[in-house]
Amino acid sequence: MAFNILEPGLATTVQDRGRPGYYNVGIPQGGAMDQLSAEMANSLVGNTGTEAVLECTYIGPKLVSDEDAVVAVTGAPVEVKINDVVQEQWARLQLRAGDQLSFGMLSGGTRYYIAVQGGIDVPSVLGSRSTYTLGAMGGFNGRALQAGDTVPVGAQHTPYDDVPSPARVDEAERPAFDREVTVRVLPGLYDHRLTEDGLSTLLSAEWTLTPVADRMGLRYAGPELSWKPRQQPFGAGSDPSNIVDAGYAVGSIQVPGGKEPIILHRDAVSGGGYAMVATVISADMDLLARSAPGTTTAFRSVSMDEALQARREMNERRARIWEWAR
Amino acid sequence: MTSAPAVPQTARYTWGGDEFLFVEIAEDMSLAANFKANAMATLLGEEDIAGVTDICPANASLLIRFDPDVVPPSELESAVRALEDQVVHASSRVLETRVIEVPVWYDDPYTNETGARFRKGHQRPEGNDLDFAAEENNLESAAEFIRRHHESAWLVSMVGFVAGLPFMFQIVPQEEQLEVPKYLSPRTDTPALTVGHGGCFACIYSVRGAGGYQMFGIAAAPIFDPAQRLEDFRDFMIFFRPGDIVKFRPVEEAEYLDIQAQVEAGAYRYRQAPVTFDLERALDNPAQYNKDIMEQLNGV
Repeated sequence: MAFNILEPGLATTVQDRGRPGYYNVGIPQGGAMDQLSAEMANSLVGNTGTEAVLECTYIGPKLVSDEDAVVAVTGAPVEVKINDVVQEQWARLQLRAGDQLSFGMLSGGTRYYIAVQGGIDVPSVLGSRSTYTLGAMGGFNGRALQAGDTVPVGAQHTPYDDVPSPARVDEAERPAFDREVTVRVLPGLYDHRLTEDGLSTLLSAEWTLTPVADRMGLRYAGPELSWKPRQQPFGAGSDPSNIVDAGYAVGSIQVPGGKEPIILHRDAVSGGGYAMVATVISADMDLLARSAPGTTTAFRSVSMDEALQARREMNERRARIWEWAR
Repeated sequence: MTSAPAVPQTARYTWGGDEFLFVEIAEDMSLAANFKANAMATLLGEEDIAGVTDICPANASLLIRFDPDVVPPSELESAVRALEDQVVHASSRVLETRVIEVPVWYDDPYTNETGARFRKGHQRPEGNDLDFAAEENNLESAAEFIRRHHESAWLVSMVGFVAGLPFMFQIVPQEEQLEVPKYLSPRTDTPALTVGHGGCFACIYSVRGAGGYQMFGIAAAPIFDPAQRLEDFRDFMIFFRPGDIVKFRPVEEAEYLDIQAQVEAGAYRYRQAPVTFDLERALDNPAQYNKDIMEQLNGV
């Protein structure tokens, strides 16, 4: 069975948990930017969590299913419509053969997810169905969806009424899509290259997410950060924010020229010549994906122990999604 | 290569959040630092530590991704420090690798057209990136720069940025190394297979996209083939590996088009030969070593 795409939306791509193991040759981990929301969508339709979903950015697709399908939409708050009738978000929905799924305007956040029972059934490339658009591989023909595409969907194995998972995500369990967020970071990597004042500014200033934000990275506006002057190392480049090109940690914060920090996300370039000065902890990566441009952001410094504690809490939260499957 | 910067005895270990360990071998780029990064990466791969998902050797550093639920950070750090110790005390520093000939159309219309579109704001608005590079290196002409570019061998010191993009370091004494600053403001467009240069590194852009390196020419054959159509990509969609040695060969339009036709027909293969790269010999007499390596390609 398949979804026929009438309108593709702004940047709708197939994503799953990602493609680890190829970062050493520049292929990014990819995968749904807001993993928690994507996972909740998969749970709602009775999937296992490894199935691929559609990631929609700002403007979603208009699509028609050629067979009955169990679907769910989670993530950024958006009006969900079947045949122009508004439906519940964060809930299991029945899409009948010929029904049209479409979306209204976003009222917060950036990305939302369409899960379908059986998953989006594009071929797995290097262990993942995630789309890597820059490399034109994975997902649907290595690119964002276009009008006229016929997107394969896995077999429907459980009728709507028999799906054993909860039919909706409790409001208390849903992630927030706030205009103000605090993101925890672990200082390190090249933080010693910033002046004391530069580092404390990074960790205390109010930052605003600019519209320059996509799957590769997010750029923030705020005060300028100062670097310690030095004789640059051989091969590093002339600016004090330059280093000899190195691997980039996903979630790391770089500050080219001391202006407008960039945080790398799931489709990150795997390396480059800008000094990274802190890294967003794994538990808070989804927060970045949920931010809309204009979001006021604070970077709060934590220790490795605190980062690991936050990770345990996130693992527990994710485990709760799948309690029904145990 | 007596002027090459010394590699510190012990690397610097630091964390990129709770999933990345970053090991800075040296602040300065050098063959020795790169060799150590790659040797550590190889050993770490052989150790096959549970929870290590990505081992990314870079020019003068090593980035390791791990799952802290499987391997605690402190345990991983101890393991990598032990490997570093092994590498530092290894008696021989040789690398079994290959030398590859890469045909390049220098001063080609594709990169020149792109360069012209981004001329405003360039360090040298008149001329093209080759003219700028020649001037920066006190060479009399672009032609002289091109000669220096393909005359010596380059070591692939890192693969990444985007899928399959090789960073290459010239195997010559440091004072002869070609150095060109990157664009002041990165371009939003670069043709696929552009041969670029930033700082002391050459690169080949594997895909079309943004880029900040100066553009000198265009490689004739693909280096990233997701469909794995060509023989050189049968095992993996990415051609280059760290440690590969590259020899650029200048071609003109006719040969460029001929190679493109071979690629189109699925028949093209890179000219390549196995070679043992010996770091001490490369450091002792780079000029001679360069010649020796090149000879490996003769008769292939």
